[in-house]
Amino acid sequence: MTNPILATRSLTKIYGQNTVFKDINLEVNEGETIVIIGPSGTGKSTLLRCINLLTSHDGGQIFLDGNEITAKGYDEDGVRQQIGMVFQNFLLFNHLTALDNVMIGLTRVKKLPKEQAREKALNELKRVGLADRADHYPGQLSGGQQQRVAIARALAMDPRVMLFDEPTSALDPELIGEVLGVMAQLAHDRMTMLVVTHEMGFAREVADRIVFMEKGNIVEEGSPDALFYHPKHDRTREFLWKITELYGKKEKEQEKEKGETA
Amino acid sequence: MMSNIFSYIVQGTAITIAVTLIALPFGLLIGLLMALVHTYGGKFLNRVAAGYSLLMRGVPPIVLLFILYFIISGSINLSPFWAGSLSLGIVSSAYQMEILRGALMAVGGAQMTAARAVGMSRLQAIQFIILPQALRLAIPPWSNEASIVLKDSSLVYALGVPEILRRAQQLSATTQQPFLAYGAAALIYFVLVFAVNRGLDYLSTRTKLPTHP
Repeated sequence: MTNPILATRSLTKIYGQNTVFKDINLEVNEGETIVIIGPSGTGKSTLLRCINLLTSHDGGQIFLDGNEITAKGYDEDGVRQQIGMVFQNFLLFNHLTALDNVMIGLTRVKKLPKEQAREKALNELKRVGLADRADHYPGQLSGGQQQRVAIARALAMDPRVMLFDEPTSALDPELIGEVLGVMAQLAHDRMTMLVVTHEMGFAREVADRIVFMEKGNIVEEGSPDALFYHPKHDRTREFLWKITELYGKKEKEQEKEKGETA
Repeated sequence: MMSNIFSYIVQGTAITIAVTLIALPFGLLIGLLMALVHTYGGKFLNRVAAGYSLLMRGVPPIVLLFILYFIISGSINLSPFWAGSLSLGIVSSAYQMEILRGALMAVGGAQMTAARAVGMSRLQAIQFIILPQALRLAIPPWSNEASIVLKDSSLVYALGVPEILRRAQQLSATTQQPFLAYGAAALIYFVLVFAVNRGLDYLSTRTKLPTHP
C-alpha cells in the first residue's frame, strides 16, 4: 500500500457555535479521483478550502506527501502552489487575458522566465481546448470557457492535487459538458483530484471513490457502484434517490440518444 | 501694461498647477496606504485608518490647512508654497482614501482568494491582482477629487502663496476692475478643471476592460 498523497486526520472546522465539519479522516492516493457529494451546507466546500489552507481549521491535521502542512509556521504559499483549486465562480483575474491568467502564477510565483512561462501557459490552454482564446479577456469568454481557463491556470502550477469546488454549478446547462469533459480527461491522465459536485453522471463514470458527506460528517464512502447500487446507510440511499430522480430523466434520455447513435 | 498683467496671471496659474501636482500625488500616496491598511490591516490598523478618515473629513479643509500649515512649518523650515501644498495633500488624502477603499471593496475578496490559491502572498496578490483592478475602478471618482484639489488649491491663498486667486485679488485692487480680475481667475480654473476631467475620462476609457467579443 502506497502512502496517500493527501490525508486529513480528525479535521474539524467550527464557525462560532456552528460546527461545519468534525473529525474528517480522508485519504487521497496518487492518481485517484474522489468525488464528494452531499446536501448543501454540509461543509464540503469549506473542507476543500481548509485543505489548501484558504480557511483556517480548528482541529486535526492535514498531510501532503506525508508532511504536515497544518504545522505551525509551515510555508502556506508553498502549499497552495502544490494544490490547485478551481472555484464555482471561476474567479479569473478580470484584468488579464486568458493567457496572462495562466501565466501570472508562473512568472510571479514560480519566477519562470517570460518566454518559458508563455510556452507552458499556451500548452495548458491547448490542453483545455482554448489556445485560440489566449488573447481574450474573461469578460469576452463564456462561463464554460472561463472555467476551462481557470482549470488551465491551476494546472500550470504543476500541482500534486487538484481541488474542484462545484465547478459546474454556476454554468448554463449547455456549458457543463465542456468543463466535465476536461475534468474527465484529467482523471484519465491520472491527475489526483478531489471534486465537490452535484453531477451524479460524472461521479458515477469518473470517480474512483465517492464520499457522501452530511451535517459535517462522512456518512459513507466507497466505489461508485457500491454507493449507487448497494448503499449501506439509509441516508445515502435517500440522498441518491432524490438526486437521481431529479437528474435521472435527463440521463435516461441521453442514454437513449447514445444507444440510437451507437 | 496688458502683457504685464497677462504674464502676472500666467505665473499664478503655474503656481496653482504646481500646488495641485504636489498635493494630488502626495494625497494619493497617503490615501492609498491608508486604504490598504484599512482594508487589509489588522483590527488595530483598521481603527487607526478609520479614525484618520473620520477626523480629516469632519473638519473644513481651510481649518485643517491652517492647523497643518502651522504644524508643518513649525517643525520643519518650509516655504509657504511647500507647506501649503503638502497640507493640501494631507487634507485630500482622507478623501482619496475613501475612493480607493471603495474600489478595493468593489474588486472584492474573491479575487484575493483566487490569487492566494495560485500561491501568491498577500502582498503579491495586492500588487498584481487587486490594485490593477481597483485603480481602474477608482479613476472616475478620482477625477472628481482631482478637480476638487485643483479648486481647493485656491485655499493656499490664505497662507500667502501667490497663486491665481491671490493675484486676481491684487489685480482687482490695483486696477479697480474686480469683475474682470475675478472673472479671469474663474475662467482659468474652469479651463483647468475641464482639461483634467477630460484627460481622466480618456484614461478611464483607455484602461476599460473589454467585455464583449
